[in-house]
Amino acid sequence: MAKSNEPIWWSLFSAGGMVAAMVLPVLIVITGILVPFGLAGEDPLNFERIHSAVSQKDSVKLVLFIVITLPFFHWAHRFRFTLVDVGLKSVSTLISVLCYGGAIAGTIILVVIFWNI
Amino acid sequence: MAETMKLEIFRYRPEKEKEPSFQTYKVPFREDWVVLDAINHIKDEIDGTLSYRWSCQMGVCGSCGIMINNVPKLSCAAFLKDYYPDKIRIEPLTGFPVERDLIFEMDDFMTKLTEIQPYIIRKESEEKPLEEGEYLQSPAELAHYKQYSMCINCMLCYAACPVYALDSTFIGPAAIALGQRYNMDSRDQGRDARQEVIASHDGIWECTFVGECSVVCPKDVDPAAAIQRAKVSSTVDWFKDILIPWGKKK
Repeated sequence: MAKSNEPIWWSLFSAGGMVAAMVLPVLIVITGILVPFGLAGEDPLNFERIHSAVSQKDSVKLVLFIVITLPFFHWAHRFRFTLVDVGLKSVSTLISVLCYGGAIAGTIILVVIFWNI
Repeated sequence: MAETMKLEIFRYRPEKEKEPSFQTYKVPFREDWVVLDAINHIKDEIDGTLSYRWSCQMGVCGSCGIMINNVPKLSCAAFLKDYYPDKIRIEPLTGFPVERDLIFEMDDFMTKLTEIQPYIIRKESEEKPLEEGEYLQSPAELAHYKQYSMCINCMLCYAACPVYALDSTFIGPAAIALGQRYNMDSRDQGRDARQEVIASHDGIWECTFVGECSVVCPKDVDPAAAIQRAKVSSTVDWFKDILIPWGKKK
């Protein structure tokens, strides 16, 4: 039987799921509770400050890269199977190309942005 | 007057009718009756033409799986009192071709079960002679796979699995869980042989982790967890193959 190349997508998918599950609650607490209720100090999301933090520290870029790109692949895998399950199995190759291609495109865009700021 | 209950049962007699239909039977309601008791009552007292599978009546043989109000269940483990006084709708397990009434064809599952090689495999050179006795196993090693060994092949997990319903090429929950049961057995050396099927596209990778298989399992086997574990170990294999191609197993 042909060897499946699913492991590469599945491992990116599961890593993305884990990152999202760990980071999303934190983001909800920060952007949904702490910031709006004024518990995070004066103007915590100041654009200049955040921009300089991202552009000057490679470690921040690395963390953001992981946190942003892995969930792309989580989405791609999940969305691919959702489309196949609603009956689009006949075009499953096209779906895979579009979903994973989208995630890869998103990753490349992020690399370009991080490279330029 | 004694209390009664209605059972609406799926009927299909291929020699007589083209399309399946439903027939409603009135049975006595008894606190201690399971759905299988009611069906047996129909067969013995009301309509001898009704066909269905059953054997042990105690949740061990796995032959009496049916859909009760659209949920896959063992008819010997579903009590009438949990549905009383409503009518109960009974159908054969979904996802399988129906042969007659509640009897469905299980050939597909049987083929898959064989493909997975659910028995202990030893490498020929490492098989020890009978005189040397049995392969010993510690309680911890037993605990490793015991849960997966509880499977009774009732196929409720296949009836619950939306992936199998859409595409029957999927190896399916019970077969993968049983493969995993032997893979995790310290006496077994057949994992590589099973990987051919388990790690294939129609094996674990078709599973989208809906998890209904584990919800309906009457023996708490948790096939969904077995599939996830197989995904992790197959992924490790895959990366090992790519990163250390010279480390290939004999």
